[in-house]
Amino acid sequence: MKFQAIDQFAANLKPSTQAAVYDGSKKGYDARTKTLFDHFEDPNRLRRVAGEIKQHVVENLDTYLPQVEAKLQANGVIVHWAATAEAANQTVLDIMRARNAKKMVKSKTMVSEETELARFLDKNGVECVETDLGEFIIQIDGDHPSHLVKPIIHKNRRDIATSFEKHGLGAYNDDPQTITQRARVHLRKKYLEADVALTGANFISAESGRLVLVTNEGNSRFCLAAAKTHIAMVGIEKILPRDRDLALLLNLLARSGTGQQLTVYTEFITGPKSAAQPDGPEEMHVIFVDNGRTDVLASECRDILRCIRCGACLNVCPVYRQASGHAYRSVYPGPVGAVLTPLLAGKKFPEFADLPKASSLCGACNEVCPVNIPIPDLLLRLRNKGKEEHVPSPGTPPMGPWALLATQPTVWKSALVGGKIINHLPTKLLPIPALRAWENKHSLPEWKGGDFRKWMRNRPSKPTTS
Amino acid sequence: MSADREAILSRVRGALAPLHQRAALPDWDNELIHMRSLRGDVDAWTLFQNRMKLVNGLSLEGAPALVAWLAENNWTRGYCDPVLWPRLQAAFQSGFTVETTFDRTRIDDYQFGITRAAGAVAETGTLILTDGTTSSRLAALTPWAHIAVLERSDIYLDLQHAVTALANDPNIVFCTGPSKTADVEGILIEGVHGPGQQVALLI
Repeated sequence: MKFQAIDQFAANLKPSTQAAVYDGSKKGYDARTKTLFDHFEDPNRLRRVAGEIKQHVVENLDTYLPQVEAKLQANGVIVHWAATAEAANQTVLDIMRARNAKKMVKSKTMVSEETELARFLDKNGVECVETDLGEFIIQIDGDHPSHLVKPIIHKNRRDIATSFEKHGLGAYNDDPQTITQRARVHLRKKYLEADVALTGANFISAESGRLVLVTNEGNSRFCLAAAKTHIAMVGIEKILPRDRDLALLLNLLARSGTGQQLTVYTEFITGPKSAAQPDGPEEMHVIFVDNGRTDVLASECRDILRCIRCGACLNVCPVYRQASGHAYRSVYPGPVGAVLTPLLAGKKFPEFADLPKASSLCGACNEVCPVNIPIPDLLLRLRNKGKEEHVPSPGTPPMGPWALLATQPTVWKSALVGGKIINHLPTKLLPIPALRAWENKHSLPEWKGGDFRKWMRNRPSKPTTS
Repeated sequence: MSADREAILSRVRGALAPLHQRAALPDWDNELIHMRSLRGDVDAWTLFQNRMKLVNGLSLEGAPALVAWLAENNWTRGYCDPVLWPRLQAAFQSGFTVETTFDRTRIDDYQFGITRAAGAVAETGTLILTDGTTSSRLAALTPWAHIAVLERSDIYLDLQHAVTALANDPNIVFCTGPSKTADVEGILIEGVHGPGQQVALLI
């Protein structure tokens, strides 16, 4: 039987991977709830205000982008613009070539995953090393991250030990402490040899031009202590109006993502190192990347540009937990990915039109979102887009008979009475693929149609008082 | 890339043109992010110490306490900010080798690094490092133990105060506990790329 792509992927997932993803995401969700509600009287108010701030930025990017550009330039930062992924990668390469730079260390950035920067540089003779432990493991495995903040949530320690052994990082040892220690030793050399450090940005303040980076491992700190040139690739939606807004968003980001008050390192960068400082970049570049974002801005789904990439919606999503991140076949998995991926895909929208449908619209993603994105509404808008563009939808049952029932009261009533035959039918043999697929794992409850109407009719007209 | 600049900005303007009304910037009160733990009278240093413990950091008072702790761990080779060294030197007995210039060609020779903190945030147990107060970024990062020297008057009560008082400095780092990861099966491991021990020393 033919399923939609995401269903097919979930059906083929190894049980051990599914268990790893389920445990990892549940742990993240539990920690989030505890820290937010322990620390604040009304965390939902924080989320609402943060959402309003980001929505304001999204709807005023025409003002904020030139403003932040001017601020960065005043701080001594060289600003570049890249309309596409290719332009962004080429800008990085041009900066490196102009400085005769051959080696890059890279801290985790989702926008560089979008542009596949590491692969591009590798093809052009530049060594580009991922320094976040999870991303480093992804890189040596030639794999893709499957979660926004826990890139190797789908791997276990034995997988990692095996690939470390294969790549000459020591004999097989699956102790997480040893794995981390080996990566520490290996990557220290890489930092010190690198000419250029590449980072992303979690936020940029339009007021001061401060670029904020958050990490737990300290890899971006090391990048910015060792290399002589700093390049930051930044999506055009990352702006916050004022420095004090950083305090609000930082209070939400780590709590939502990993249940921490703050990540271990929060860096505020405004430019090259100061004159007296012996270590760190002598020049700093910021590349503002569009790569489909202005299409999202022009769509009815522009609210998704508020996203701060915390991963809370992945952790809480029953579909993500069952399907894992690779089922979304793109950089952004989970509920945020189900919205962002089809939009960023541009002409390839039909390839990803199944993603917005893989949801029961339970709304949990909206409830945990630190910027209160109405993800279920956006999913519905994208389902509509798919329908209007006549994207095929394998596995979806024909809805014609349902429409007839739901619009004709007399037909509905007779179906309620006649529906009792279902209890005597071998439903597993009915030639409806969607019903069969569902009945593989569930059993249909007994049909009790019509009982509510009977109860309603016989009910006393006024409530009895005692 | 100025063509790309114009292309992006004109697409942004085009995308926003159909909006009849733009979302306003909400004003918000500091009370919004006030933490429950900060109700009532709180001594910033005591709160900082408690919070730092929760993130597996260590706080010490006075140079002798630091030297005793280093000796206990058998960490005898390290770096110290040349400005701080005259104030700390007396507490270090013989047996310690402390350098006041950091040699990046042998970073693994330093077991500890002592630099100045620009401040701290009590509610999160955070140390604030800046380019202006850190004598060497690498010395504050690469040794297994980092000791940030802090003065009592430099402690902010919460994140809001610390963020609105950010110095005019190109590189400000908030450090909340030792470097860590939970990438492998969600298991917490400390000391990934940065210090495995983060210490605040009050003097």
